[in-house]
Amino acid sequence: MNSQTNLSGARVVHRSVSASARAPSAQNDALARKMRRRGQKARFSWLVPTLYIVFLLLPIYWLVNMSFKTNAEILGGFSLFPQNPTLRNYMVIFTDPSWYSGYINSIIYVVLNTTISVAVALPAAYAFSRYRFLGDKHLFFWLLTNRMAPPAVFALPFLQLYSSFGLIDTHIAVALAHCLFNVPLAVWILEGFMSGVPKEIDETAYVDGYSFPRFFIKIFIPLISSGIGVAAFFCFMFSWVELLIARTLTTTDARPIASVMTRTVSASGLDWGVLAAAGVLTIIPGALVIYFVRNYIAKGFALGRV
Amino acid sequence: MDKTWNNKAWFLVLPVLLLVGFSAVIPLMTVVNYSVQDTFGNNVFFWAGLSWFEQVLNSSRFHDALVRNLVFSLTILAIEIPLGIFIALNMPRKGWGVPVCLVLMALPLLIPWNVVGTIWQVFGRVDIGLLGRTLAAMGIDYNYATNPVAAWVTVVVMDVWHWTSLVVLLCYAGLVSIPDAYYQAAKIDGASRWSVFRYIQLPKMHRVLLIAVLLRFMDSFMIYTEPFVVTGGGPGSTTTFLSIDLVKMAIGQFDLGPAAAMSIIYFLIILLLSWIFYTVMTNYDARR
Amino acid sequence: MNFSWMAWTMPTAIFFVSIFALIAAMGVWEYLRPGGDPRIGVLRFETTRGDRLFISLLGSAFINLAWLGLVDANLWWSLALSGVYAVLVFRYV
Repeated sequence: MNSQTNLSGARVVHRSVSASARAPSAQNDALARKMRRRGQKARFSWLVPTLYIVFLLLPIYWLVNMSFKTNAEILGGFSLFPQNPTLRNYMVIFTDPSWYSGYINSIIYVVLNTTISVAVALPAAYAFSRYRFLGDKHLFFWLLTNRMAPPAVFALPFLQLYSSFGLIDTHIAVALAHCLFNVPLAVWILEGFMSGVPKEIDETAYVDGYSFPRFFIKIFIPLISSGIGVAAFFCFMFSWVELLIARTLTTTDARPIASVMTRTVSASGLDWGVLAAAGVLTIIPGALVIYFVRNYIAKGFALGRV
Repeated sequence: MDKTWNNKAWFLVLPVLLLVGFSAVIPLMTVVNYSVQDTFGNNVFFWAGLSWFEQVLNSSRFHDALVRNLVFSLTILAIEIPLGIFIALNMPRKGWGVPVCLVLMALPLLIPWNVVGTIWQVFGRVDIGLLGRTLAAMGIDYNYATNPVAAWVTVVVMDVWHWTSLVVLLCYAGLVSIPDAYYQAAKIDGASRWSVFRYIQLPKMHRVLLIAVLLRFMDSFMIYTEPFVVTGGGPGSTTTFLSIDLVKMAIGQFDLGPAAAMSIIYFLIILLLSWIFYTVMTNYDARR
Repeated sequence: MNFSWMAWTMPTAIFFVSIFALIAAMGVWEYLRPGGDPRIGVLRFETTRGDRLFISLLGSAFINLAWLGLVDANLWWSLALSGVYAVLVFRYV
C-alpha cells in the first residue's frame, strides 16, 4: 500500500516536470522567484540542528565544567566555567585502583563480549541469509525476543546461574550475560549486510574448489567487513552502556566503572568533582568509537537493525 | 533472494543457539519455578501455587507501575518522534556539516546509562546544577527530589535528550536515500514544503519511522538505569517504572516469588509487543 | 555444579516438558510436510502452523492471566477456554 502511494507521488512529480518544461516564460519568472524565496528559507535551516546540538551538549558541558572544579567551588559558588581549574579530580581517578580498575574491567568485558558476539553471530547470520531450514523464521523471532527482553527479568536468575558455575565477579560472566541481547543484535545486523552480497559469489567460489571455511574467511568476510564494523559498534555500545546486569554479576574484582560510580553516589560523602571526572572519562571511549565508524553509522541505522 | 532449502544450516546456527539458550532458557525456567513457590532462603522452597500471580495481578503497586510506564512511553513517543523528524528534515545533506552533526548527535547514545543519569542529576540539582539554578533564579519551583511534577519532567526531558538522536539518525538514513531528482522535480513544480514532505519524504521514512516507534516504545517500556540514578523511583514512587519496581522487589527485598510472578507477566507483555513488532515489520517488508 | 537453586517442581517440569514436546511435534510435522501450510486467515496476514501455535500459546497465557486477575474461579475453566481458543486459532487464523 505504502509503496503504491510512494510510486504515485513520484509519478505525479514526474508528470509535472514535463508540464512545467512547456510552461510559458511568465510562469518561469514566478517559478524563479519562488525558488529564490525557498533558498532564503533554507538558509536558516542550519538553526534547527544547531539548537538541538546545543541542547545535547549543554548538560555534557556542565559535567566537564564540574570535573575541573574543586568540591568547594562546586558547592560554594556558581560559575559557567572553572574559576580555579584543577586536575585533582582526574588525579584521584588515575591514582586510586578502585577507580581506574573499573575502567579496565569494563573494557575487558566489553571487548570479550564484542568478540564472542560477532564470532558466534557470523555463521548464524550466514545461515539465515543464505538458507531456508526447519523452523528458521521462528528461531529468528526467538532470538529477537531476547533483544527485547527486559534485563530486570534476567538479573536475579543470572545471579543464581553464574554463582552455581562459580563465575560471579569474573569478566567472562558479564561478557556471556551481555551476549543475551548482543548476539541476536549482531545476527540481525549481519544478516542484513550479508543479504546484500549476491549469492553468485558463493556459488562461483564453490565451483572454483573453495571449501566452506576457506571461502568464508578468505572471500566472504572481507566482503562484509563494513557490516562487521557496524555490528561490533552496536555490540560495543550496548555492552558499554549496560549497568543492571553488570552490577548484579560483579562485586569487587570485575566491577565495572558504571557500578563504581553508582556506589559512590549512594555511599556517604558525595565527591561531585570526582564523580563528574569519572563521567567524563566514560564518555571518551564512546566518542572515539563513534568517530571511527561515523561513515557507517548512518548505513547501519538505515538497515533499521538496532 | 531465493534461498536454498538446507537443514544442514542448523549446524551454523548451533553456537548461537547454545549460547543464547544457556543465558535465556535456563533463567526463564528458573523464573517460572520461583513464581509458584515460596522460600525463606537456603534453597528451601515451598509450593505456593498461583497465589503470587493472583497477588501481583490484583496489587495496585503493579497496576500503578504499569500505568506509569505506559504514560511515560507514550509521552516520550509523542515528543521524540515529531522532534526527530523535524531535526532530520533540517539536517545538512552534504559538506562538512554532515559528519559533525552525526558524531555530535550520536554522542548521547554512547554514554553509559548511569552516566546519563549522573549528567542530568548534576545538571538539574537546585544547589549545583545549571538547569536547577537557572529555573530557581527564574522563580520556578523545580526540585526533582521532592516535587513529582519536576521529577517527571526531568525523567522525560532526560529521555528526550538521550534517545531523540536515534530517531533523527534513523529518519536521516531514510531521507538521504531519496534521489535528488525527486526534489528537483518538486522544486520546478513549485510544490509546497508540506507536499514535498507529505508525498516524497514521509513515504521514504515510513519504514524507518516504524522501527523508531517500536524500538523507542520497547526500550522505554523497560527503562531502568536513568530514572533509577536520578530519582531512585521517587519522590515516593511517582517515577517507579516496571523495571525499577521489579529490581526493587527481586534484588532489594529478595521477594523471589512475587518478583518472579511479576517477571513473567512483564515478559509476556514484552513478548506480545515484540511479536506485533516482528509481524508488522516482516509483513511490511514482504509487501514492498 | 549444583542446580538445586533452580527449584524444580513437578507441575513446572510437566509444563516445560509439554511445551518442548509441542515444539518437537511441530518440528516433526514440518519435517514430514514441509512448507508450514501458509495461508491468510482472519488476521489478514500470512501465518504458518508455527505462527498459529505461537498465537495459541501466547493467547492462552493471557487468557489464564485474565482469568486469574478478574474471575475468582478454578483455573481449569480458563485452561479449557484456552483449548477452545487454540482450536479456533488453528482453524481460522
